[in-house]
Amino acid sequence: MAGLTGRMSTVVKAKVSKLLDRAEDPAETLDYSYSKQVEQLQNVKKGIADVVTAKKRLQMQEASLQQSVVKLDTQARQAVSSGQEDLARTALERKNVAQTELQGLDTQVTELEEQQQKLTDSEQKLRAKIEAFRTKKEVIKAQYSAAEAQVRISEAATGVGEQMADVGLAMQRAVDKTENMKARADAVSELEAAGTFEDLTALGSGEDDIDRQLKQLSSQPQVDDELAKMKSELGQGGAGSPAQIPATAAGQPAAEPASEAPADAQQPGEGGQS
Amino acid sequence: MIVRISGEDQYRLADGESQRLNELENAVIAIVEGGREDGFADAFRSLLDYVRANGTRIGDDELETSDLILPPADLTFAEAGREFTGEGLVPD
Repeated sequence: MAGLTGRMSTVVKAKVSKLLDRAEDPAETLDYSYSKQVEQLQNVKKGIADVVTAKKRLQMQEASLQQSVVKLDTQARQAVSSGQEDLARTALERKNVAQTELQGLDTQVTELEEQQQKLTDSEQKLRAKIEAFRTKKEVIKAQYSAAEAQVRISEAATGVGEQMADVGLAMQRAVDKTENMKARADAVSELEAAGTFEDLTALGSGEDDIDRQLKQLSSQPQVDDELAKMKSELGQGGAGSPAQIPATAAGQPAAEPASEAPADAQQPGEGGQS
Repeated sequence: MIVRISGEDQYRLADGESQRLNELENAVIAIVEGGREDGFADAFRSLLDYVRANGTRIGDDELETSDLILPPADLTFAEAGREFTGEGLVPD
């Protein structure tokens, strides 16, 4: 497993020997090396902050989508009560999309939380190593001759260098995961910007481009089921198969005086697009 | 022999353990080279578990260089393929 085993050590050793070549004075090398380590530690802190920021953005989107789900559900119920089946269906389709996005966001928030935890652990380990290096460098400066110091510095610097490389790797993985989740966050932003989860009553019951796209996105049977359930809960006909709903409603004039409901359901725009 | 599990810890193992480690590593490599993901996760986990179970963890304040560095536990099959063939996981 030469590919796995040697590489990181080799990179670290190459960097350390470059460092040792640079300075003649061991004390100077040690101090320079230490300041580089502290710098790296700052970078790790910044990396953690980036992950936290990304996570917060997702959580805000989650909160806003959750509100949309509640709002759309309420609107669907109101629409069913007033016999506007088209509007109810549209609201449920949008609710469906919001719920799907919500699940995706949830998975990613969990993933980012794991990354945050890993980076925090890495940071603590690196901090401990750097502290050990700081102690050791003072001992080396005080006790060893220049020739001997080179050897000791090399040992200490390689040890802490390896930890730095390792935390660098952990950061890279966190950045990759953050990049992946940006795509979903952007998709949700686009849906929101397009007014997907806006107040439906403001849009009226007319079907627009968004509706046609959403119809393809949302799972139709689920919407049908939910609509049927909502109708039965609100006392509007039985919970029969979705196809029977308009007929059932029409056959029960007692349920609702507004007899436009079945007519609405058969508007040309509705049938022609599915 | 000092072994690091990337993203976790360094472990000190008796030199005599290297043979068993090699066997476990070779099992992982064989799967990756075969190009089929079946068994990869188990083989890779066995390798890391062996190190964790048979090694002594090195303290965070000790400055040791590893003889062997293993990839992080969340390594995917695709990443393993790149690790063996391409430029690998370690950023320069």
